[in-house]
Amino acid sequence: MKKKRELTKGQVLFRVAPLVLFLGLGFLLFKGLSIDPRYIPSPFIGKPAADFTLPRLYDEQAKVSTADFKGKVWLLNVWASWCISCRAEHELINQLVANYPIDVVGLNYKDHGVEEYRGKAKAWLARYGNPYKVIAVDTKGRVGIDYGVTGVPETFVIDKKGIIRHRFSGAIRKQQLVEILLPLVKKLRLEP
Amino acid sequence: MLLKIRQIMAILALSLWVSSVQGGIEVRHFDNPEQEVLYDQLMYELRCLVCQNENLAASNAPLAKDLRDEVYLMITEQNLGEIEIKKFLVDRYTDFVLYRPPLKKTTWLLWFGPFIMLFLGGVLAFFFIRSNRSKGKKIDEEENDITQNDRDKIKSLLEGNK
Repeated sequence: MKKKRELTKGQVLFRVAPLVLFLGLGFLLFKGLSIDPRYIPSPFIGKPAADFTLPRLYDEQAKVSTADFKGKVWLLNVWASWCISCRAEHELINQLVANYPIDVVGLNYKDHGVEEYRGKAKAWLARYGNPYKVIAVDTKGRVGIDYGVTGVPETFVIDKKGIIRHRFSGAIRKQQLVEILLPLVKKLRLEP
Repeated sequence: MLLKIRQIMAILALSLWVSSVQGGIEVRHFDNPEQEVLYDQLMYELRCLVCQNENLAASNAPLAKDLRDEVYLMITEQNLGEIEIKKFLVDRYTDFVLYRPPLKKTTWLLWFGPFIMLFLGGVLAFFFIRSNRSKGKKIDEEENDITQNDRDKIKSLLEGNK
């Protein structure tokens, strides 16, 4: 007759281990599904916005620089006429500026001044509206590098002291505007 | 068959070589060979932020080209070294830009995870082998007990039949 042998502790562990490993790995892979591999954490939050002095789109002799906005809460919106998702976001920024007084500075990224996009930036604004207080022209993308821009559009929220407080990578969605951007701007305006 | 494998290996090797030279095609001039070595090394170790699975040397992305230019200028005009250039990029793009992440708290698991797995595997294998061995011994003993009794029975049965 065959006797049913008692399993030792080690044997039980050994039989359970693959299941535990499987569940653990499964959990990790499942978590991985919801992680955006394109998300690059911004090292800028809480750091001073990089200084720049750039020509203006509509008056190239005049300059625009970060120093002009000291003491204000402002947004830096990186855009380009060749950027498709900027179009969707642009409508939202138009609405924002129409309903809420805030300085939005445009950073025209590798667009105006590049031969193949000649005249495109201004035509684009004429067509989709110009919500910007002023537009800085970054033809070579040098300022873009200082702001760690990896794709357009990107938007930075900068406080009165010139510190970057938030970064939106990619087009801002309406929900983000209402739930993150507006409350943050209101909060920052109360700061000295 | 052997030849076929060799041919496949040769094709694979060639394809690797092609992908490593395809991207960063700008012709660069350096003041000294050290700068060139540094440039080549950085192009190899820095990651393109747009394509993510390519280094700066291999990438055709416009941002990768801008960063190649930037690194080139930092080496030739500002005379910066490896550490300073990496810091410049990490300040802007985080450790993400490095293909060889630095050893720190958040990357601890990344660096030592494989060794931990190897160790756990070894421990598991050790217990598996040991338990199998002791199981084998037990079975031998049990069987010996039985056969000792049975042997007598068999013997008597066989003898009785004769």
